[in-house]
Amino acid sequence: MSKEYILEISNLSVSYGGIKAVKDISFAVPKGEVVTLIGANGAGKSSTLRAIVGLEKPAAGSIKFAGEELAGLSTDAIVEKGITLVPEGRRVFPNLTVLENLKIGAYMRKDDLSKDIEWVCDLFPRLKERSWQKAGTLSGGEQQMLAIGRALMSKPSVIMMDEPSLGLAPIVVQGVFDIIKEINRQGVTILLVEQNANMALKAADQAYVMETGRITMSGTGTELLENDDIKAAYLGKSKK
Amino acid sequence: MSMDIFMQHLLNGISVGSLYALIAIGYTMVYGILLLINFAHGDIFMMASYFMIFAVVDFGMPIWIAIPLIILLTVILGMLLERSAYKPLREAPRMSIMISAIGASFLLENLATYLFSGVPKGYPDIPWLTKVVNIGNVSFQIVTVVAPVLVIFILIGLMWLVNHTKTGMAMRAVSKDFETARLMGIKINTVIAATFAIGSGLAAVGSVLWGAKYSSVYPLMGVMPGLKCFVAAVFGGIGNIPGAVLGGIVLGLGETMLVAFFPGLTGYRDAFAFVLLIVMLLVRPNGLLGEKSTDKV
Repeated sequence: MSKEYILEISNLSVSYGGIKAVKDISFAVPKGEVVTLIGANGAGKSSTLRAIVGLEKPAAGSIKFAGEELAGLSTDAIVEKGITLVPEGRRVFPNLTVLENLKIGAYMRKDDLSKDIEWVCDLFPRLKERSWQKAGTLSGGEQQMLAIGRALMSKPSVIMMDEPSLGLAPIVVQGVFDIIKEINRQGVTILLVEQNANMALKAADQAYVMETGRITMSGTGTELLENDDIKAAYLGKSKK
Repeated sequence: MSMDIFMQHLLNGISVGSLYALIAIGYTMVYGILLLINFAHGDIFMMASYFMIFAVVDFGMPIWIAIPLIILLTVILGMLLERSAYKPLREAPRMSIMISAIGASFLLENLATYLFSGVPKGYPDIPWLTKVVNIGNVSFQIVTVVAPVLVIFILIGLMWLVNHTKTGMAMRAVSKDFETARLMGIKINTVIAATFAIGSGLAAVGSVLWGAKYSSVYPLMGVMPGLKCFVAAVFGGIGNIPGAVLGGIVLGLGETMLVAFFPGLTGYRDAFAFVLLIVMLLVRPNGLLGEKSTDKV
């Protein structure tokens, strides 16, 4: 059975001034799967996500979402199509309450939100308890939950996450990954960028390794977990 | 000083303060969202006064048509200013946009001098604002009472807009984080334009009330009120709307009382604002109602 790809990136390049952060990469995200991009700092992972959602203008290449070209569109137009990004460092609005943060995630929607607010609160019971608190007063883990919940409020078909485990305690990281799997189980396609390669590969159906702006390796999550080079470079295990 | 005279000064102070408040709101809202001190705001106020003169004196419009019309024109001018002088610099360092604001201010002042000449013109008389009313021994123009009442209503309206509407929520989001606001699907340019529209509209309303008190209109008339209202906004806590109103009223009252109690200091009337600013910056740099940042990184 051939896979249906919801997101297809071909020959994408992104540069900042003269510096090329992403060099001619191509990959595709099958509908309903978890795909991860792993790699070290500065490998171009975040730039790739930012280009997909229109925060950086691609220097070249094409980004197709459900067959539609996204390159060149403005961020609000891209988000409206049903693809969203949970940004690196969470970036919840500290001056808005938890509930307002969820509501603003659904900014483009005009229908009733109460059902989805309930759904997100079921996923993250902590947010419900704190719905009247300003988001700036939440702990790091709670802010990450809120950032994911906020993204879910737009009812995306693809959700991209940039380092959701960054700066969180190991037990909280486990919680974040459980949620990622749960969201995916409910039918949302996930493109995950991580430095925590171990966790990301365990969660992923398909994985790509980025190094200095290029994709150097790909395979299923389990394949890469078993790969000796990956073990040495990203999982902290020495080669036999 | 008798009670009557004190009441007279109190009323005057509050009403001048209300005018400052109207203009200060424009500064504070724009600062809140763009972190920009819109130096051209006082000149937008000046242009609104000229619009009124043209509408009423040159085109012979009745006041009740002229007022909404000049508010509309001023709103358009404010949005045009944002479009041409600030929007192209959205991604530029803050200093560039600041310099652009100073440039826009000079441009408007000199354009007005060139087009309308530097000779002061008289603001059209609006009888139902300038009429003098006596209560006991206190006499005042109607505008003296209208201004503070109007400011209270506007403040309530704005607080509702900012805290309880979707647009207001978007404004608060944009004010913290452009990029993440974009990720929510917010069209930040629309939100910023709306902010300029509100600020400019209030400057126009302020100019009508101002004209009823001080009828001389000239190209540099916006400079001193502009500076003072900026001080008022900083004093109240820049970015904070009730703060701007409070700052405006404290400034207006302070100025009036200074002159009332120390007639010898009349010449220092304008200096009062800046002394207040310096003291405030030394004692409480965030302003009276300035928010403490609760950001957690």
